[in-house]
This record gives sequence, structure tokens and C-alpha cells, in this order.
Amino acid sequence: MEFAIQAEGLKKRFGDHEVLAGVDLSVPPGTVLGLLGPNGAGKTTTVRTLATLLAPDGGRATVAGYDVVRRPREVRRRIGLAGQYAAVDGLLTGRENLVMIGRLMGLGRRGARTRAEELLDGFGLQHAAGRPSKTYSGGMRRRLDLAACLVASPQVLFLDEPTTGLDPASRITLWQQVREQIARGVTVLLTTQYLEEADFLADRITVFGSGRVIAEGTADELKRKVGDERLEVSVEGVEALEPAAAALGRAVSEAPVVDRETRRIAVRLADGIGGVARAAAELERCGVPVTDFAVRRPSLDEVFLQLTGASAQVKESGDE
Amino acid sequence: MSEVLSLTGRQMTHLRRTPEKIIAVSLTPVAMVVILGYLFASVITVEGGAYHDYVMAGVFAQVGLACVGSTAIGVASDLQTGLTDRFRSMPISRASVLFAYTVADLVTAVAAMGAVSGVGLLVGWRIHGGLLESLAAVGLLLGFTYTMLWLGVLIGLVMRNLEAINGVTALALVVFSFLSNSFMPLRGLPGWLRTVAEWNPVSSVAEACRVLWHNAPASEGASLPVRHPELASVLTLAVLLAVVVPLALRAFRTAATR
Repeated sequence: MEFAIQAEGLKKRFGDHEVLAGVDLSVPPGTVLGLLGPNGAGKTTTVRTLATLLAPDGGRATVAGYDVVRRPREVRRRIGLAGQYAAVDGLLTGRENLVMIGRLMGLGRRGARTRAEELLDGFGLQHAAGRPSKTYSGGMRRRLDLAACLVASPQVLFLDEPTTGLDPASRITLWQQVREQIARGVTVLLTTQYLEEADFLADRITVFGSGRVIAEGTADELKRKVGDERLEVSVEGVEALEPAAAALGRAVSEAPVVDRETRRIAVRLADGIGGVARAAAELERCGVPVTDFAVRRPSLDEVFLQLTGASAQVKESGDE
Repeated sequence: MSEVLSLTGRQMTHLRRTPEKIIAVSLTPVAMVVILGYLFASVITVEGGAYHDYVMAGVFAQVGLACVGSTAIGVASDLQTGLTDRFRSMPISRASVLFAYTVADLVTAVAAMGAVSGVGLLVGWRIHGGLLESLAAVGLLLGFTYTMLWLGVLIGLVMRNLEAINGVTALALVVFSFLSNSFMPLRGLPGWLRTVAEWNPVSSVAEACRVLWHNAPASEGASLPVRHPELASVLTLAVLLAVVVPLALRAFRTAATR
């Protein structure tokens, strides 16, 4: 088995609407692929197809070495799926939820109980294990949901927007728990709206736009694709902008962009650390009071917006 | 089989934690017993027996009809919470998921029928038939209810929207129980409507129970369901099940549209 997840030319349409227009993906075992894209780009449809919930109209896909259309049962033995909502039974307690899944996965009565206790401990849910899960907070429910898809120790984990709607603290807890699974060698396909999440969890990122893959690479590669690093300098008063801009221009031989309102000057850095050193020296020499001096790389947000074609709008209203 | 057990166990836990479901299913039928079997019993007369005896078979069938809605709601809620997706992404038989709903809700229905019998006995209802006949009628009611549960599963899978399900099944409960001989013999209906009502499985099941319980059966007319209500019930239920169960399994396979 070369790839844990592989898709070639996946197609799916709902009525007139083509949701997947030939999607290719390949995820090596033990790695994390993040699927990014705006709403309706086909991320969830891709996950549902790979998790055997939807039959594709065209193309083929294998998960854990088995074809999702011809051998769905074999695929289902090896995957865990956490959908967009925490799919736990609200009337059952946390423990009962996990035991039920364990029994359905064929762990047997005792095996299911043991596994449930392990997961309750691992996910910090032991204190609430005897309460119906509808009384849980959003973060706890998501944790229980993640625990539920790990009951049978799957090789491949599908996480469809696992932290949507969570507060920052719960999000970080969940991320750490996902990371533990990654450390155990589980292959993960993650869809998300949060670029930060993809940056934190994913080895590689695939950007979706209207049913197809529009960019692929590591977070760094994608950021580089969009633009170089730039140096941003803020000064105290408006009168300091002119001399500072002139100093920066001498240092890096690029025309600096001056924003009078925020009293910030930005300049593209083509040659890395050398330019930073020269810029600092020039500024020091002409004695301009600098309040902030920072090297910035394009964020994944900028990458995302540029790739999905919304960049124009942002530039108009943004600070460039 | 262990899949069905675990899934039914889940539903039984639901029933233990929210026994209101039994009340919801028995509410309308119990009200009918009180209103028709007690309050109106003195002004309504039927041939061949007391009205409070006549009305009970129809009320039991109404419990079965009321279960359509509650089962559909349960199925649709699991679709909405994503629990159905979880089950569908697991290596378990799809039939067992649906089968579990019907087994658990049959328990609800039996409990509701128990409540209805209690109230019925209070207003004076008695079974006058022999033991075997009486049990045969109970079996027929369970068969009817079980068919209705599968219908509920199908409706839940197809309609999905809880408010819509509530509205449609509440309407169906009224239409199917009143467009039958549950509460009134059919002789007053115009010809075509009478034929429809006679072939309504609720009519044949209720009439068969009355015959078996010797509870003032109202058999008059020449059509098959009137002359042989037991046969007609078994036939219509078998046909219904044979249609509804495969449709429900199919709907479950394609339940993930998005």
C-alpha cells in the first residue's frame, strides 16, 4: 500500500450542480492532509465519498488500500469519521456512547468497556462519563465524538471541520488530542475553515475551489507561492515617515510602500537576512525613532484569499 | 445479531430516560377512549353490542398510527445529529440499524396499548371472545403496529424535516383513523368513500379484532375486507411490509445526499 488515501478524478453532481469536478488526492500513510476551501467548494463531499457515505459519479478512490465503492466494508473497518456536528447520542452517557460503538465494532462486551475507559481517561472525560452527553459543553462533546471515532483504532481518520464553533481553549485541547493520534501513525484527512488549524496540524495542504484542487503543497510552499517575506517598520510620528522610507529604500533597493494612517512602511525582502541587517543599520544611522520592526510572511489567510479569488476585495480595503 | 442488540439497547435506554414517548403515543388514543367510550357512549349506539366495546379495537389501531410519527421523528433526529452517518461509516449491517428502531418502538407501542387497555377496562370494555381468538387479535394489532413502524422509518428517512414530519403524521393519524370504521360503522358513507374506507387497513384490522373479541362487529356489505377482515388485514399488511421495508432500506443507503 503506497498511499493511505488516494483519489483519482473523483466526480459528483447533485442535480445540475457539479460538486466535485475531478478531484485528485494522495495522502501517504502517517501524514496529515488539510483540505482548505470556501463553503461549497466540495470539501465535505470529498470526505463523505472517501468515508463510503456517498457513491462518486466518476473516478476512483482507495482508502487504507481498499476501493471505497467495491470494498466499502473493508474501508469501514479501518476508518474513523468525525463529521461537522458531534455525532453522539445525547441521551446516552459518555461511557454508554463509547461502549455502544465498541460493541458495534465487534470488540465484545468486555473489550468495549475497557476501550471506553481508556478513551475516557485519554480525553479527560472520566469526570463526566456517567452524565448524558447532551449535558456536555461543546468542547466536551467534540472530544467525545473524536473518542468515538477512535474506538476501533482506525488507520485513517476523517475530520470534517473538527473545531468549528469551539472556543479557543477547547480548540487547542482538541488539536493536541488530534496530534497524539498523528504521533501514533494515524493518517488524517482534515477539512477546515481555519487556516491556523491547517497550519498547526497538517503536513500538506490542498486548497479546493469549486469542486477542484486549485493548489497543493506544504504551508510554507503555499505561502511562498503568494509572495516573499516583507519587512514592516512603524514609526512614531508622520514626519519620520519620509526619512525612514528613504533609508529603507537605500537598504533593499526596492520601492517601499508607505501607509500614512498607520505610520507603517512595508518593503519586499528579496534576499532575506542581509536586507534586514542593512535596513536596521540604515535606520539607525539616520536616527529615526522606530516603534516596530518586523519581518512578516504572508499568512495562510492571504494565501487562501488570493488562491480562491477573493484577494482583490481585501487589497482594496486592506492595509497595502 | 449483536449489532441489533446493542442498537436496540440504545433505544431502550432512550425509553428509560424519556418515558414521555409512551405518553405521547398513547395521548390521542386514551383521549378517544375517554371521550367516545365514556362521554359519548350513552348517545351513540351500535348494533350487536355496546359502543365502548366497539370503539376499543379502533383505538388500539390508533396507537399503531400514532407510532408512525414518533418513529419517524426518532429516525430523522438521528439523521440530523449525524449519528446515522456514524453508523453508516461503520462496518455494520444497514438493516440492523433500521431493525433496531422498529424493535424498540414496538416495545413503546406495547406499553402504550397497555395504558389504553387500562383506561378501556375502566370505562367498561371487556373481551368476550375465547383466549386463542383474543390472542390472535392482539397478534394482529402488533403486526399492524409493526408495519406502521416501518412506515415511520421510511417517512423519517425521506422527509428528514422534524416539523414537516410532525405535521404530516399528525394529519395522517386523524385521516386514517377517521376514514375507517374505528369509531363509526361505514354505512353512512357515500359509495366510493365507503370503498376507500373499507380497504383502509385500519378498518380491516379493527373489524377483525372486534370479530375475534366479540366486540360488536359491524360487518355489513359485500366487499372482501368486510366479509373476511382477518384475511384482508393479513394481506394488506403483508403487501405494505413488502413494499415499505425495501424502500426504507433503499432510502437508508442513499440517506446521505450531502
